[in-house]
Amino acid sequence: MDADLFRSPAGSQWCPGCSNFGILAALKQALGKLGKRPHEVCLVSGIGQAAKLPHYLAANVFNGLHGRAIPAATGIVVANPTLTTIVTSGDGDLYGEGGNHLLHALRRNPNLTVVVHNNELYALTKGQASPTTPLGEKTRLQVQGVEIEPLQMLAMAILHNAPFVARGYAGEIPGLADLLAQAISQPGLSLVEVVQPCLTWGMHPAAWYRERTAPLPREHDARDREAAIRWASDPSRLWIGVLYRGTPRPVFAARYHDRMGRRPLAELPALSPVEIARHLEPFRVKRTNVKEERP
Amino acid sequence: MDLSVVIAGAAGEGVQTVGELFARAALREGHAVFAYQEYESRIRGGRSSFRIRLTSSNLNAPRLDADLLLALNPDVEAAYGPLLRPEGLLLADGERVSEANPRRGTLPFRRTAEEMGDRRMANTIAAGALGALLGMDLASLERTASDLFGGKSREVRERNVAAAQRGFALAQESGLVGPRAAEVPKGRRTNPFLLSGNDALALGAAAAGCRFMSAYPMSPSTGIITALAKEEDLGVFAEQAEDEIAAVNMALGASAAGARAMTATSGGGFALMVEALSLAGMIETPIVIVLAQRPGPATGLPTRTEQGDLLFALHAGHGEFPRLLFAPSDPHDAFEKIVRAFNLADRYQVPAIVLSDQLLADSLFSFPDFPIDRVRPEAGLARSADFQPYRRYLLTPDGVSPRLYLGQGEDLVVIDSDEHDEAGHLTEDLALMRPRMVEKRLRKTGALREEIAPPEAYRTEDAETILVGWGSTRGAIREAVDRLRARGKRVGALHFTELWPLPDVSLPKGARFVSVEGNATGQFARLLSSELGASFAATVRRYDGLPITAEEIERTLDGR
Repeated sequence: MDADLFRSPAGSQWCPGCSNFGILAALKQALGKLGKRPHEVCLVSGIGQAAKLPHYLAANVFNGLHGRAIPAATGIVVANPTLTTIVTSGDGDLYGEGGNHLLHALRRNPNLTVVVHNNELYALTKGQASPTTPLGEKTRLQVQGVEIEPLQMLAMAILHNAPFVARGYAGEIPGLADLLAQAISQPGLSLVEVVQPCLTWGMHPAAWYRERTAPLPREHDARDREAAIRWASDPSRLWIGVLYRGTPRPVFAARYHDRMGRRPLAELPALSPVEIARHLEPFRVKRTNVKEERP
Repeated sequence: MDLSVVIAGAAGEGVQTVGELFARAALREGHAVFAYQEYESRIRGGRSSFRIRLTSSNLNAPRLDADLLLALNPDVEAAYGPLLRPEGLLLADGERVSEANPRRGTLPFRRTAEEMGDRRMANTIAAGALGALLGMDLASLERTASDLFGGKSREVRERNVAAAQRGFALAQESGLVGPRAAEVPKGRRTNPFLLSGNDALALGAAAAGCRFMSAYPMSPSTGIITALAKEEDLGVFAEQAEDEIAAVNMALGASAAGARAMTATSGGGFALMVEALSLAGMIETPIVIVLAQRPGPATGLPTRTEQGDLLFALHAGHGEFPRLLFAPSDPHDAFEKIVRAFNLADRYQVPAIVLSDQLLADSLFSFPDFPIDRVRPEAGLARSADFQPYRRYLLTPDGVSPRLYLGQGEDLVVIDSDEHDEAGHLTEDLALMRPRMVEKRLRKTGALREEIAPPEAYRTEDAETILVGWGSTRGAIREAVDRLRARGKRVGALHFTELWPLPDVSLPKGARFVSVEGNATGQFARLLSSELGASFAATVRRYDGLPITAEEIERTLDGR
């Protein structure tokens, strides 16, 4: 299968040359590489420029509310476990407005790939700080520079033993496609944070990102949680690659799906009136027959 | 003639155990029962009561005073003592002494329980004593204790049966005289079904084919998800969400992926769900939201009752979109109504809100039958092959587009919270697509109005005064009508349980209308005034956290 299958007819609202195009291309390649077909895939997003990606790739789409892609996707993977479900949205959406949901997704471990387009700012609202904007960076709103610490969500995910945690770079499409393919293949929650330079509102030229990113050293053992946290939160470099592979743990709703069958819940027949009547029985009180024997 | 037995105690003292045991025993005796529970928002201590009303037929309406008051400690005796009617009896724990006050009696529940080797048996002993004082058959108490503790070990069951027997004997030997239950004539029909609104909503959801429920615990709605979680073979996936925003968005995701889905909350949680309610309207994805009302604003009175969120539920959500609003009157109605809510939400692809309140959620109502055979799930999904090329938001004459779920077949389903074109992709075509999509969504309102049931008329034929109510006040209003009729007053009632779209109803001419609702501002009366031009001569409003009673309606109408 190839990436062309996933071409969408929808026109793009992204800026010309936006690095989101790199993420889009990598995602198409990853899905093509995995032999997926569009109807087997469901893309879920919130609001923002990154969150428009699902429209630009032929697949099922749930483009919901700002910050709420993860709960919607969690409902989707329970209701239709046959879909390959991928959340793709921005850092403001997934780490800011929806940060609480991502924390609890780390606990639930739903069978989801979460792709965070991390441009370190709010672009659609014309340049304010995001939860990942480095300390001291000046924006239109943080005029004296950002004074609060950036969120370390990759380290957080590693701490919570997420099955797959990686950082990718939108400027390096084949490598990102490979990371995304690995993330999608991994059962349970995969978190891929993608360095995504913003050409319009970003503070730095593209070259600055090329200098700051570097592939993780080959000797890094993705099973080593402490090392993974160090690489993930190293302030000197944005290390690219698979940071962490968590120890195996149950996938959200697995016990339910084992019982009901791994199929869309829509295919299950409704309970029969006889079954409902059986559940009503505890609420039925028999009348005492005075001749009845005592217990 | 009816009897009100009030059991009062601190939280954790077993008020609910005694109450439920006694209520079920009364039902076994052939009485109809209504049990209202009120409690404070705390885990231990404080004051709570279980008020069981024994009647001939199933009135299912609260009475707040007491013919027999069992006070489990001195604090609640002082607090609830004023509820006792002049001819009533107060029963407290203590050694049997000859009282100067013939209306007060004591029996040694705790000491007897300790003698039996288990202090926890004091509650079952008390229930047995209540039964004896009311002249009930011992067998009813024994069998109820055996049923109620049936899930426990044989030993626990037998000890509780013995405790009921012991309490029964204690009361019989005491010479205390209570109001006699035998004086409440038994109706022609038995009322074997005893359940709460939350029980009925959970069971109704399962009967409707609901497969997914996500909720954040909030009184008084929590009983719904716990009921579904407990019964795994109902096959409903029940998830405790991190907050109400997650709960409603999970349910919408599940619904878009083909599962019938619901959530439940109270006012504060519903406030957090409002953005997603608007999302449901935009993406035309069915969802059922139970809003179990409690007094607000803000945290308000977490464990009390009110009908204060009607206009909030009606107007919640930014933008304009159709919705359904139901307000079931009792568990029997709630069971049917939530199935209707699922079916209609699905057929018209709109959100449906089911308004409950603490009175409906927590009280035990009794019924001669239960409408299991009257409901069936009606799926609203389309078939994949019927439409090519598939467009999720196809413009249709009635505004309802064929709905496939995410991954239903090879057709791609595109769902977008932005304004979208027929294919579901975002659009800023202001000249054509935006107005067409707005009109498409709103076109569904007309058909929804056709579906909505008219209000129930009760003894209105010759009525000079018509009480107008909605939701859980039905029992109290009907009782008030009967009481006023018995005194020769020409009174009737119109009761609404399907509130929006407001049914096309022509109000009887010439009658005087009185609105009855559990809020301070007459929200439903205002709605009827603005939509139907109705005007109200008087109002009965209650907003102290307790339910409206027939006695209160009668008093207001009498101008007392």
